[in-house]
Amino acid sequence: MASPQPRIGVVTFPGSLDDRDMLWALAALDAEAVPVWHAEEQLPDLDAVVLPGGFSYGDYLRCGAIARLSPVMNAVAAFAADGGLVLGVCNGFQILCEAGLLPGALRANESLTYVCRDVRLTVERTDTPFTARCGPGQTLVMPVKHGEGCYIRPDHLPQEQVVLRYGEPVNGSVDDIAGVVNEHRNVMGLMPHPEHAVDPLLGSADGAFVLASLVDSARSRALAIA
Amino acid sequence: MKATVLVRPKQGILDPQGQAVESALGHLGFAVRDARVGRVVDLEVEASDPAAARAEVERMCEQLLANPLVESYEISLDG
Repeated sequence: MASPQPRIGVVTFPGSLDDRDMLWALAALDAEAVPVWHAEEQLPDLDAVVLPGGFSYGDYLRCGAIARLSPVMNAVAAFAADGGLVLGVCNGFQILCEAGLLPGALRANESLTYVCRDVRLTVERTDTPFTARCGPGQTLVMPVKHGEGCYIRPDHLPQEQVVLRYGEPVNGSVDDIAGVVNEHRNVMGLMPHPEHAVDPLLGSADGAFVLASLVDSARSRALAIA
Repeated sequence: MKATVLVRPKQGILDPQGQAVESALGHLGFAVRDARVGRVVDLEVEASDPAAARAEVERMCEQLLANPLVESYEISLDG
């Protein structure tokens, strides 16, 4: 039986920047990448949803605080509540935190400067739909580019929800946390950009470990439903 | 009725903006400690009485104006 192409939606908010790169990267990893507009009240038929990076609504008030009120976010929350796979990158991570779909909050970098460079990350969990292709403790190199990536965790964040940590000082995040999942592990957010690191020509292809894991998981979900 | 909402980073939450302001004030010769930078939201709210207005603004704070995990807020009403 032919392996189906999973359908993965990428939401564009006003001010999203990395939606096209994300669509390109997912297609390169053999997914059917589906653009989704923020004003849609319903999602098309999808096996996973990605919220990309950018500066939705100009980052007014707090990063992600306005975007999480977009019509599409009700549908994304319902999709996640139903066990659907949702990945948020950078601004997408901030939106998921503001929406309460992930624990914690992201504040201004400790340095107060915008950080834009490749960073080393350590994979803490491989038993998630987003990191299944990684090895335990594997080091990944991916770019970050953000001014507000200092992760503040809630007081009692279970260790098993921490998926990625920075392997070097980046933004002052508590416990060097770079990426987390929700309790049910079907929603993940991370500040680094896997979509900018899927080809050695871009300096690193390590982002493909994350995105190909997502494509695999979305494909399994598509097969389970079919 | 006019309402003013003061949103602050909670105690214990890193506030690099406050630290930068503190350091800049130090450069100007002012001896200050514990500078914290918050945000003010002024708004006009339709409500029958101050208690109702306060309750309404509190809901705004919980749902949007502050992030309760990292920020505290104070509401004052005028007129």
